[in-house]
Amino acid sequence: MVLTIDDLRVDYRAGRDAVRAVDGVSLSIAPGEILALVGESGSGKSTIAHAVMGSLPRTASVTGAITFAGHDLTTLSERQFAKLRGPGLGFIPQDPMVSLNPLHRVGRQVAEPIRLHTPASRAQAEERAVELLERVGLPHPRERLRQFPHELSGGMRQRVLIAGALAAEPTLLVADEPTTALDVTVQKKILDDLANLARDRGIAVLIITHDLAVAGDRADHLAVLSQGRVVEYGTPAEVLGRPAHTYTRTLLAAAPGLTVRPRPQAEPAAGDLVRVEGVTRRFRLPDRVADDGWFTAVDGVTLSIRRGETLGLVGESGSGKSTLARLVLGLDSPSVGRVAFDGENVATMGRTRKRALHARAQLVYQNPYASLNPRLTVRQIVREPLDGFGIGARDGRPARVRELLDQVGLSASVDGRRPAELSGGQRQRVAIARAIAAGPDLLVCDEPVSALDVSIQAQILDLLTGLRRDLGLTLLFISHDLAVVRSIADRVGVMAAGRLVELDDVETVFTRPRHDYTRLLLDAIPGQRFGDLVNQAGTR
Amino acid sequence: MSVIDSVRAVEFAPRLKRPSVRRVLRRPGLVLAWIVVAFVGVAAAFPGLLTSHDPLGKTGARLAPPSGEHLFGTDNLGRDLFARVVYGTAESVQAVLIAVVVGLVVGSLIGLVAGFVGRWVDDVLMRIIDVLLAVPTLLISLAFIAALGFGTVNIAIAVGIGNIASFARVMRSEVLRIKGTAFVEATTFAGIGRLRVLSRHVLPNAAGPVLVLATLELGLALLSVSALSFLGFGTPPPAPEWGSLVAAGRDYLLAAWWMATLPGLVIAATVLAANRIARSANRDHAVNF
Repeated sequence: MVLTIDDLRVDYRAGRDAVRAVDGVSLSIAPGEILALVGESGSGKSTIAHAVMGSLPRTASVTGAITFAGHDLTTLSERQFAKLRGPGLGFIPQDPMVSLNPLHRVGRQVAEPIRLHTPASRAQAEERAVELLERVGLPHPRERLRQFPHELSGGMRQRVLIAGALAAEPTLLVADEPTTALDVTVQKKILDDLANLARDRGIAVLIITHDLAVAGDRADHLAVLSQGRVVEYGTPAEVLGRPAHTYTRTLLAAAPGLTVRPRPQAEPAAGDLVRVEGVTRRFRLPDRVADDGWFTAVDGVTLSIRRGETLGLVGESGSGKSTLARLVLGLDSPSVGRVAFDGENVATMGRTRKRALHARAQLVYQNPYASLNPRLTVRQIVREPLDGFGIGARDGRPARVRELLDQVGLSASVDGRRPAELSGGQRQRVAIARAIAAGPDLLVCDEPVSALDVSIQAQILDLLTGLRRDLGLTLLFISHDLAVVRSIADRVGVMAAGRLVELDDVETVFTRPRHDYTRLLLDAIPGQRFGDLVNQAGTR
Repeated sequence: MSVIDSVRAVEFAPRLKRPSVRRVLRRPGLVLAWIVVAFVGVAAAFPGLLTSHDPLGKTGARLAPPSGEHLFGTDNLGRDLFARVVYGTAESVQAVLIAVVVGLVVGSLIGLVAGFVGRWVDDVLMRIIDVLLAVPTLLISLAFIAALGFGTVNIAIAVGIGNIASFARVMRSEVLRIKGTAFVEATTFAGIGRLRVLSRHVLPNAAGPVLVLATLELGLALLSVSALSFLGFGTPPPAPEWGSLVAAGRDYLLAAWWMATLPGLVIAATVLAANRIARSANRDHAVNF
C-alpha cells in the first residue's frame, strides 16, 4: 500500500466548540490505483486531502494515523513534510486560475521542483519540463515554457499544474476537484491524462470530487463520504450498480450524468415568444488579441423560443450563450440582426417599453449570492418587483410574498433572514421567487445550478419544472452541463465559438447528433461507463 | 404543488456570529480607546462633572506645577489648566464633528453622483476633486479661513472642505464596485427607478468603507483644527480651546512645561483613540464582506 489512513478523526476548533469534519475514516491506496473520494460540500473530503498533504489549518486537531512511505504523516513536523512533498507527494489544486504564480514563466514553475529535488542542472531541468508538459498533453511545450500563466487557458494551466506535481516523480498524487473549474471536453482530457499516468507509471492517485459520474468513470475504488464518515466503499460497479447506503442512492438519483430523469412532455407550441434573427454581437477589444480588433461573441444566430417550451442552450465557456441571453433580455443590443419579444423589436424599445419587457422576461443568475443584495431580508428581496411594477394592492403584498416563497419551497422561518444566513440552494430559491414575482412569461436561467451541490441541483431542477407547469412559463435554460439540460429541456441548441451549430429536439440531439462538436460534447459527459447500470438498478 | 412540497429545502444554512462582549474585551487597546472617547464625550457634554474649577477664574497661584489640587497645574494667569482643557473640549469636539460632517456629506455626494451617473459628469466632478488634491489640505483650509473669517466654526468648515477629496474618491470607487455587481443589474428586472436603486441598493452597500474613513478623519480633523487654532485663527482668548491652549503654553515652555505638554497629550490621546476605533471598524467591516 502506498498510503494507509487508519481511523482518522479531524476536529476544527471554533471558539469553545469543536466541529468534527472527519469522523473515523480508514482507507488505503495501492500503487497504480485510483481512489475517488466522493461527497458533497461539508462531507469532509477536502479535509482528508489537506490532512494527507499536511496543510490543515492550525485550528484542526487530528487523531488516528496516516501512513505513507514509512512515516506517520500526522506526527511529522513542517520541515519533515517539506522533504516528502514533491518526491513523495504530489498535489493538484482545485483552481488552476489562482494556483500559478502570475509573475513567473510557466517553464520556471515546472522546472523549480525538478531542481529542488534532483541534482539536475538548469538545462536538464528545462528539458525535463518540456518532456513533462508534453506528457500531460500540452501542445507546443517548448514554446509554452516562455509564456506566463495569463496567456494560457484554464485547461492548459491545469496541465501545467499536473506537470509541476509530476516533476519530482511522486508516488502518490492528490487531486482536489481537479476539473471542477473546466469545460467538459477539457475535463475529459485531463481525467484521461491522470488515468494514463496511474496505469503507466504506477502512481497512486487520490481524486477528491463531488461528481459521482466523474468518479465512476475513472476510479478503481470509490469511497462515498457523508458527514465525515465513509458510508460506502467499493469498485464503481459495486457502488453504482448496487448502492447499499441510502445516501449513495440519493446521490445517484440526483446525478444528472448517471440518472436519466423523467422529463415532462412539452405543451403544444402556440407560436413563438422570442425570435432571434441573424443576430451577431461584436465587442471592441482593447488590443491585439483578434486580427481586426473585434471579438465576435455571437455570430449570426437564428432561433426562436416557442411559447411554453423549455429551450436549452449548451456550450463551453466563451461560446456566447450568456451574451445571447443578454441580447434576448434587452440588456445588450445586437451589432447585426434583430431580437423580437412577442413580435416587438427589443433593440428599439424605449424606456417604458423596456420596463414592460422586464416585467415579462426575468433572469435567474448563476451565483445566487452575488445576485441578492446582502443588506436586504428575503421578504424585502421578493417584494421589490411587486412594488416596482405595482402588482396587486399594496396591503396585499406581504401575503403575496409569503405565497411566492411557499411556491419555491421556503418555509416562513427564512422570511426575515439575509442572504448570508441562507444556504446556496435556499438563496437560489429566493432568486427564483423574485423572478416569478412579476408574473413573467419568459424565465431565462443562466447556469442556475452550476454553483450548487448535486442533490440540491436536482431539487432546483424539479422546482423549475414544477413552476413551469403551474405558471405556464417559457424557459430559456443555459448550461455547460449537457446532462442537466437533457433532464429539463424540450429542445436544445448547441453553441460553439458564437455560432449555433445544432438545434433540435432534445432526444434527437442526444441520440442522433449531426454536428461533430455536439458529438464531442456528448462523448465528454462523465458517467457513461456505468450510466446504464445505474438506470437498470433504478428501474428494478 | 406535490413536486414542490417534496423538494422543500433541507440544506444546512449558516447562522451569522454576532459580536459578543467577550470578543470585545479580548482587545484591551480598543477598550481603552473607547474609554478615552467616552471621557471626551462627557467633557464635551457635562464639563462640570469632571472638574469643580472655573476655567476662567483665577486661583491665585500662577504657573503652579501639576498637583492634587490642580491636576494639570495652572497657567500664567493662575487659571486651572485641567478645567480649561475640560471646558475647551466642547469647542474642539464641535469643530471636529462639523469638519467631518462637511467632508462626509459633500464628498460622498460628489463621489456618489460621479460614480453612479458616470460619463462626462464623472469626468467634470473628479477633475474638480483632482484640483483639491493638488493643493495641500492645510493650504486649502487657510484660503477658506481667509475668505470666511476667523473663528472655530469657520476653521471647522475650512478643514471639512479640505477633506472632501478623500471622501469623494472612496465613495466613487465603492459605488463603481457595487454598480458592477449582479444584484444591482438584477434591479433592472424589478422595475424600480434609478433613485431607488441608488438609495436602496448602492448607497447602503457602499457606505461601509466611507464611514470607516470618517472615523479615521475624526483624528486627522482634530489635528488640523488644533493646528489652525494654534496658529491663531480660532476662538479669541480667554475662551479655552485645545489648540489655542497649546499655543498659549508655547511662551512658557521652559518655565512651565505642563502648559503646552498636557493639552498636547490630550489631543494626541484622542487622535490615537479615534484611529484605534477606526482600525477595528475597518476590520469588522472587512469580515462582513
